[in-house]
Amino acid sequence: MHIPDGFLDAHTAVAAGLLSAAGLGVALRRVRRVLPARRIPLIGLAAAFVFAAQMLNFPVAGGTSGHLIGAVLAAVLLGASASVLVMSSVIILQCFLFADGGLTALGANLFNMALVAPVVGYGVYRFVRRLAGGGLRSTLLATGFAAWCSTVAAAVACAGELAASGTVVWRVAFPAMAGVHIIIGLGEALITVLVVAAVARARPELLHEPAPSDGWRRYASVAAYGLLLALGLVVFVAPVASPWPDGLLRVAERLGFAPRAVGPLVRAPFAHYAVPGLGAGARSTALAGAVGAVVAFALAWVAARLLTPRGARRAAEKAVPGA
Amino acid sequence: MHDRLLSPYHPGGSRMHRMPAGLKAGGAAALVVAVVLLPRDAWAGYAACAAFLALVAALARIPGRVLARRILLLEPFVLGVAALSLAQQGGGRVFLAMLAKSTLCLCTMVLLSGTTRFSDLLRVLWRLRVPALLVTSLALMYRYLSVLMDEAARMTRARRSRTFSAGRGLAWRGSATVAAQLFVRSSERAERVYAAMCARGWRT
Repeated sequence: MHIPDGFLDAHTAVAAGLLSAAGLGVALRRVRRVLPARRIPLIGLAAAFVFAAQMLNFPVAGGTSGHLIGAVLAAVLLGASASVLVMSSVIILQCFLFADGGLTALGANLFNMALVAPVVGYGVYRFVRRLAGGGLRSTLLATGFAAWCSTVAAAVACAGELAASGTVVWRVAFPAMAGVHIIIGLGEALITVLVVAAVARARPELLHEPAPSDGWRRYASVAAYGLLLALGLVVFVAPVASPWPDGLLRVAERLGFAPRAVGPLVRAPFAHYAVPGLGAGARSTALAGAVGAVVAFALAWVAARLLTPRGARRAAEKAVPGA
Repeated sequence: MHDRLLSPYHPGGSRMHRMPAGLKAGGAAALVVAVVLLPRDAWAGYAACAAFLALVAALARIPGRVLARRILLLEPFVLGVAALSLAQQGGGRVFLAMLAKSTLCLCTMVLLSGTTRFSDLLRVLWRLRVPALLVTSLALMYRYLSVLMDEAARMTRARRSRTFSAGRGLAWRGSATVAAQLFVRSSERAERVYAAMCARGWRT
């Protein structure tokens, strides 16, 4: 999902850079406030861990193998803001040291994989875990589903950036990126659940537990992340995915200067907005996404059931008097 | 294998190696931005950039073999994204232009990391007032990357020598256990690193 140099236009690159710089700023403030000093080296080591874990092979079929992305794994183990820092370190190092992902696309890559992926993933994780009612099994279920959601969300953001730059039209970029990552996300979900279950078995105290609420500050950081993600959605995805001509075009039409002034500029994208709107590709991709979400949830549920140790369940039953 | 992958720096004493890291990083960034901003049909511009990069590579005395290997390693990722553009109308020209642009930028970044130590680049970031927490994290990550990769390789080897089944499910659970154990170990290592940092007078 690393975008190389030369695929984004200046507006998109600058907008993504500003958004991810703001997100990084929020994460730095939050981590400095919440993380005790003795845990600070853990950010760097966890980044090295994510990088090393990405090198582990998970055989799929016919000699191909998948690997971990790690945003949700880091978020479940360390919390959302620390995960933003960890993933940012990974992506900055990949860019400068290994030329993986472009320098001008660094902002966009940070936005997709170090902001959208951990924040969306952690949000889904907390939400599902609260609904499922706590305990190891609901933690694993929430982890798996969150891993799938974060992978797909990052892919959609990536497709939006490519389309907003005019490199690849949305009708091609969205089905290709989302379609592939609906499948990849299932693998990511399974790997993340397996790793979190193994950590919970070995050292359960290492799983991140959110600190007791420190009042408005926590909501402020949630609001800041939400605002940044919404801005990203508005800037990258909304204009290219909307089946209607945008406001500017409508104003131009009403004022009557559309054919002359905007004509040559607008004709190309307009052809894609034509009556079918979001072509069949996008619609069937959305359908595939819905099916994928159900499959991911079922997969996470089964994995969580299988991976919760029997002993823990029996101990819990024994603890309830009369059971 | 890990060593070659993890150290893109190609030691040497050439003029390019001795140049200040900030200058090199700034120059590379300027070149990348210029290439990205070139119009899609500006093939003369691409050729000029390629000639300049070839000159830099010659001055840095990095063998072409070394450069080619690193670039070929990364080119599949570029091709993958560029291939998306082939599926649209008039995609062929967009495809070629983007391939040229991203390959030039790739060469620039490979030359930068080939002639500049990562610690020098970090010092540039530090001087640019990038927040200390981020620079510290990057430095620690770079320092412990090879340590953790070796640890993962050791654990994988130990697991392989004890499990003889070719089952896929077992392989997944095994890799996941290795990853989990790696996290436990890096978390313990982080505590030792913190103690060592404090012993050397480190303050937040």
